[in-house]
Amino acid sequence: MKLLEYEGKDIFEAYKIPVQARFGVVRIGDAVESVKLDGSGPWVIKAQVLTGGRGKAGGVKIARTREEAHTFIRNMLGMKIITHQTQGAALTVEEVLVEAACAPEREIYISVVLDRKEATPMIIASAEGGMSIEDLARTKPERIVRMPVDVNTGLLDFQARELAFALKIPKEHFRNFTAAAKAMVEVFVDYDASLVEINPLAITKEGRLVAVDSKIVTDDNALFRHKDLEAKPDHEASEIEKEAKAIGINYIGLDGSIGCMVNGAGLAMATLDTVKLAGGSAANFLDVGGGATVDQITKAFQIILKDAKVRAVLVNIFGGIMKCDNIAQGIAAATKRVKLQVPLIVRLEGTNVKEGRQILKRSGIKIEQADSLWEAAQRAVAAAK
Amino acid sequence: MSILLNKKSKLIIHGMTGAQGSFHARQCIEYGSKVAAGVTPGKGGTKHLDAPIFDTVKEAARETGADASLIFVPPPFAADSILEAAEAGIEVIIAITEGIPVLDMVRVKKHLRRLELEGRGVTLVGPNCPGVITPGECKAGIMPGYIHKKGDIGIVSRSGTLTYEAVWQLTCQGLGQSTVVGIGGDPVQGMNFVDVLTKFEADKATRAVVMIGEIGGSAEEDAARYIKANMTKPVFSFVAGKTAPPGRRMGHAGAIVEGAAGTHASKVEALAAAGVTVVENLSLMGATVAAKLKTKVKTAKK
Repeated sequence: MKLLEYEGKDIFEAYKIPVQARFGVVRIGDAVESVKLDGSGPWVIKAQVLTGGRGKAGGVKIARTREEAHTFIRNMLGMKIITHQTQGAALTVEEVLVEAACAPEREIYISVVLDRKEATPMIIASAEGGMSIEDLARTKPERIVRMPVDVNTGLLDFQARELAFALKIPKEHFRNFTAAAKAMVEVFVDYDASLVEINPLAITKEGRLVAVDSKIVTDDNALFRHKDLEAKPDHEASEIEKEAKAIGINYIGLDGSIGCMVNGAGLAMATLDTVKLAGGSAANFLDVGGGATVDQITKAFQIILKDAKVRAVLVNIFGGIMKCDNIAQGIAAATKRVKLQVPLIVRLEGTNVKEGRQILKRSGIKIEQADSLWEAAQRAVAAAK
Repeated sequence: MSILLNKKSKLIIHGMTGAQGSFHARQCIEYGSKVAAGVTPGKGGTKHLDAPIFDTVKEAARETGADASLIFVPPPFAADSILEAAEAGIEVIIAITEGIPVLDMVRVKKHLRRLELEGRGVTLVGPNCPGVITPGECKAGIMPGYIHKKGDIGIVSRSGTLTYEAVWQLTCQGLGQSTVVGIGGDPVQGMNFVDVLTKFEADKATRAVVMIGEIGGSAEEDAARYIKANMTKPVFSFVAGKTAPPGRRMGHAGAIVEGAAGTHASKVEALAAAGVTVVENLSLMGATVAAKLKTKVKTAKK
């Protein structure tokens, strides 16, 4: 789960990582004047969207007067943001964060990530922040500092010092920096994160060390021990994706016309690839998982059919932990509830396949049964045309 | 021969009395696997599917001489269950459980590394995997047994159902398997591709290897480097996720393209450069392997 900037900063504040004074979050429908703009400014208005590069897309504005701030908030809410990270899709700004603007004198990049290969949290940092770490890795790879961290002990004092020296942190900020770096690792471990990033961590003209932005991604598998996170809305998921998630189904909407229901993430991905090879394109990624019930499959079917783009449905099941007769019962139940108006192509193989095929045959539903994935994909593509 | 498991392997099933554990334990037994014991804390002293149930893995191992564990324990308790098996000295630990927090696995790996330094190393397969099967000898996992056939092709895969697909195609071509290993789709896991490839390369009963990868991480690129430097046996591969949108987690926590790393193109390129036959259409995997191996035999005879 990806957290918005202000959600991350709430966590930073609790861990004493210095952030700018925040004056509130304004949502679509809120009265713009409700924000209490303390101080004499300037204030910064920041679009709360889950993408990098929002500044260039007009999602960060500095206001010198209260009137200007109100205008920016009004203009920014509802605005569409497209950046190099959104793959051409537009994100709607539903919330803006208002905080005290700061004038960075120096910008540092620092993050804690999960290093998969070494199976350890790892600090990635660079004395030069502000740009994305991907750009940094491309242009100045020698400037990137990497430091593995023990998940059980956190960042040790000497490691924090090493890091500060490597990043040439000035003396007067040394203690604040080491405390912030240690706190970032604590956040990473406490929240079961896969990423905690501050970009930039600024040293301001006024002489403060401050986290100007926050990016936190947490592990969905660990939600069971983070009831506070579990209660938060998932900003990345569409309505239909949220609905699927609520019933334990993995669904991601795509652009094509063939609705897919597959068991297992790998086979689901391979099914999308095969549909493409056959000359079509999938409307979704849907993994019904390994232990789905008849009811879940029924609902998965209903979710696929909600997408108006769907012109054929392809079910590809290779039963292991998932039994083919369960899938077949789900299909039979769902097609009875939903008026199926598009062709249905089913390919079943694996555990209890005979029972599954029989259930489908007996159900009286109009189904094209295919013996292989390739055959099923070709039929689905032909049917969707 | 085979790798990891053979007909002498004796299994302990963690969580055997639960719904999933019970269903799959039965399937393993029906396949012919030796299920020596089950472990469910609090149910020690009872019997389930004719096997004795113990409260702890230590007891189960001591009483039955079991040497492999198969774990069906729910995610919040699964990491602990893996470590319980490791501390009991179980040699091969197969974790089926899906949804274990990544940091739990980070802690498990750390613990296993320490055991290895102490000379008590174990082999972990998974988590979030279909398990391991040596056809005709031992099935320790959730894969449907009947799709397999005893033979000499080794298979290693990051995905469950995708593995079944590959196995079934090979079987339909008359090509049997030596051992099939599902290493799982999580970002932090036990055996990786290189670990399994190393075993297949050394295994006399394995003639060729099929490796099923997917987007995310760099395991396929690492495998390519290993294959280029060390493998003498032919390797065939399919990499899933060519059409997956970047930045989105496609079900498997490990299957996410981050920045330029872990893309389909980079993996396919690395594998092809290492001499691996990369199959683009999954449905042609079986036919491709059959055709290549046939020509190989012919040229060898000449």
